[in-house]
Amino acid sequence: MPPLDALPLAASASNLLAAREQMAFTLGFHIVLSCIGVALPATVLVANWIGLKKGDEAAIELAKRWSKAMAVTFAVGAVTGTVLTFEFGLLWPHFEERFGAAFGVAFAIEGIFFFLEAIFIAIYIYGWKRLSPWAHWWSGVPMVITGIGGAFAVVTANSWMNQPQGFTLDAAGKVTEVEPLKVIFNPATHYEVPHMILAAYMVVGFLVASIYAVGMLKGRRDRLHRLGLLIPLTIGLIATPIQLFVGDTAARAVADHQPAKFAGMECIQETGGHQTEYVGGICTSDGVKAAIPIPDLDSFLVGFSPDTKVTGLKSIPEDERPPANTLLHLAFDTMVGIGSALLLLGVWLAWSWWRKRDIPQTPWFLRIVAVTGAGAVLALWCGWIVTEVGRQPWIVQGYMRTEEAVTEASGIWFAFALVLLLYAGLGTAAILVLRSMSKRWREGYSGADVESPYSPSTTAGEAGK
Amino acid sequence: MSRADVAVAILWLGATFYALFGGADFGGGLWDLLAGYDDEKGGRPRAVIRRSLTPVWEANHVWLIFVLVVLWTAFGGAFSAIFTTLYVPIALAALGIVLRGAGFAFGKSIEGLRERRLAGATFAFSSVITPFFMGTVVGAIAAGNVPADGNGEPFSSWIQPLPLLIGAMFVASGGYIAAVFLIGDARRAGEAEMERYFQVRALAAAIVAGVFAGVGLIALHSEARYVFDRLTDQGLPLVILSALCGIGVLVAVRRRAPSWLVRPLAAGAVVGVIWGWGVAQFPYLLPTSLRIDQGAAPGPTLNVLFGVFAVAVIVVLPSLGLLYTLSQRDLLEHD
Ligand code: HDD
Ligand code: HEM
Ligand code: HEM
Repeated sequence: MPPLDALPLAASASNLLAAREQMAFTLGFHIVLSCIGVALPATVLVANWIGLKKGDEAAIELAKRWSKAMAVTFAVGAVTGTVLTFEFGLLWPHFEERFGAAFGVAFAIEGIFFFLEAIFIAIYIYGWKRLSPWAHWWSGVPMVITGIGGAFAVVTANSWMNQPQGFTLDAAGKVTEVEPLKVIFNPATHYEVPHMILAAYMVVGFLVASIYAVGMLKGRRDRLHRLGLLIPLTIGLIATPIQLFVGDTAARAVADHQPAKFAGMECIQETGGHQTEYVGGICTSDGVKAAIPIPDLDSFLVGFSPDTKVTGLKSIPEDERPPANTLLHLAFDTMVGIGSALLLLGVWLAWSWWRKRDIPQTPWFLRIVAVTGAGAVLALWCGWIVTEVGRQPWIVQGYMRTEEAVTEASGIWFAFALVLLLYAGLGTAAILVLRSMSKRWREGYSGADVESPYSPSTTAGEAGK
Repeated sequence: MSRADVAVAILWLGATFYALFGGADFGGGLWDLLAGYDDEKGGRPRAVIRRSLTPVWEANHVWLIFVLVVLWTAFGGAFSAIFTTLYVPIALAALGIVLRGAGFAFGKSIEGLRERRLAGATFAFSSVITPFFMGTVVGAIAAGNVPADGNGEPFSSWIQPLPLLIGAMFVASGGYIAAVFLIGDARRAGEAEMERYFQVRALAAAIVAGVFAGVGLIALHSEARYVFDRLTDQGLPLVILSALCGIGVLVAVRRRAPSWLVRPLAAGAVVGVIWGWGVAQFPYLLPTSLRIDQGAAPGPTLNVLFGVFAVAVIVVLPSLGLLYTLSQRDLLEHD
């Protein structure tokens, strides 16, 4: 059937761009849901624990509601994650062909965590009415551990792409030896993995708190809303200072091991000491425009001395420089800016709590909390832009270029368009369903009455309707 | 047996679990689709189906992820060859997975009859197209249409009688496994009418799957000679086992034999086919262009896979057991 195979679906020369856009889009979508899968279980368990310890009905009700919402996001997360797995073959087949033997090690381990997380989320949701209260609480603990374990395994795969090691290549570039432990514990693991897990706790903490802040601004100030604000907000605010510390470590490690990425995100052109730190601005080949300059600070941050030498882009071969420097730079600044702003918010809340045992009594506090969720998600996306775009043109730093990994298949732009459409539908439906659940709760249904995926039917025969 | 052979065996075990659990799950969707638009008539079987699927939906599908990850880790070259050749049916299967997951995720929590129907229809429809396209991928591999260095024909590699037949067989055998499981579930719930309902469907699906398998054998003879020859030689015991189990199920279902007998028999029929196919392909991963020992990952990587598989069996299976028990347990408080 030759005519069919010759269908000119799209020119494959543009595959690289299409594949990169699609990968970035689908990952950006999945990462928000997977943050919820990593960190919401712990948030639920805190509420559940408070409820059991203090006999607090409102806390139990929150745990029930959040676990139902989690079932929805988890199911969508599983779908989008499966798409990512397929994309490794559909978009980047030659990456797996050459490095699957090394890179796959981390993913194989991830599989176990996925299995267990999927099983224990269902157990926890089933357990509300089938297990005794404390047995039920304990049945939730594996969700927390597997969430963190799963994040570890995927992110360590990504950190291996940034700082690959633990394999030997033969003359033809084929992997001949693999040292699994060195692959898993590569030099980027110790900062990327904690940074991501903390990011997940921040995203969930601030996102959930935002929802209750909006409710309180609308005048719903019962105990349920206060707890619904305070539990996640506290979790997010505790994670924040640690996150800034880890981020700082990450930045120094990147300056050491991935100088091109660092130069790109800081817009450094000439190699040398006494580098100026630029806040904001536009990157051009003759320096940063429209930025706020802070002399020597960049050198100081990298090596604690204004004399520290930092590599500039001009010392890096042209075809190994990262693209889109302005985007990289602004993404980095946005991440750091949001992190710092959230730290200040924490200081404000801590001060108010210390003085008055209460949240600050101005509507501005709630208004700010109401946007922190979006802020944390934005910081998360910005961080991934820094990591992934900053690594370009490499898919495996120093070993394989992204253009060597991409598929020769046709129709990638078409597939990307379809993916955009599909995900727009998926995202809209997820938000509508979550909102309709919340509406029913406000109308007086209890968390236990609203159905969700994995949950047993509340009334016999209901499921058939 | 070399380490690479063990890795293939693990790949096949993963595929077997997926065919049984994932297949049953797709089959549930098939019966949901065929239960009819009418809520009066379709409502009761749908309720039985949803009750059985709900708790384990997710876990069933992790087996697919497992298979993909083992394939790309242990046999990166074959993975790349398959994905650069069969990307059309693979992408269509992925599309089906997205739609199916969405239908499942939103079906229960959604408000409004129309929306629920839409979610249900999406779930049911994609339960049919997903296994179909997966079957065409398997068929195209067996037919030797995937060249070792990839980039084979994107359409004519799978739009051929054998791959299409195997796609249809996947759909039918999923329906068959699901119906056999649902008989037991309906019986436990004391719904005699539903028990009969799924008995009829189990028999029908068994016959349809058997017919597809028979016709498939003829197609195999003309399109995949290597596999045909070995299947009717070294693979013959497994083919016979599969056929005997299939006939056993027909008899057992008609006589209303207990689940502990019917379910393993039904599983045996499917397992026989999958392992028969495996034996028939040996020693090729992609008949007849790529052998298992060509391009397997280095030993330590395969060891990690073995370790992961062992842990999966030791940790995951008991957890699944716990979930199954819990989902079949009565409520603590009666409300
Ligand atoms: C809530 C989100 C969040 C916040 C507040 C921060 N980060 Fe971040 N950052 C991420 C979320 C994130 C991430 C989860 O998106 C990334 C992407 C890859 C990774 O490991 O974490 C990331 C990557 C990332 C990288 C690149 C690592 C690499 O390429 O290997 C650096 C250098 C920093 N971050 C530095 C910081 C600094 C100095 C921060 C504050 C002072 C900061 N991050 C706050
Ligand atoms: C989940 C959060 C992640 C986000 C938001 C993210 C973001 C991105 C972005 C923006 C790109 C496109 C780069 C460009 O266009 O220049 C990209 C590419 C890619 N990412 Fe990530 N990434 C994430 C995690 C990961 C992880 C965990 C892995 C692997 C384990 C990974 C593997 C890849 C691959 C293979 C590509 C394509 C090749 C490339 O452009 O480098 N990513 N990602
Ligand atoms: C290239 C990158 C990635 C791939 C290929 C990938 C793959 C997958 C797959 C296949 C699933 C579904 C598993 C199931 O059926 O239960 C999944 C879900 C999940 N992924 Fe990802 N993932 C990627 C990035 C990430 C990152 C960066 C994180 C975390 C930090 C993450 C965390 C999770 C979690 C926690 C789940 C469970 C489902 C949920 O909570 O939504 N993933 N992922």
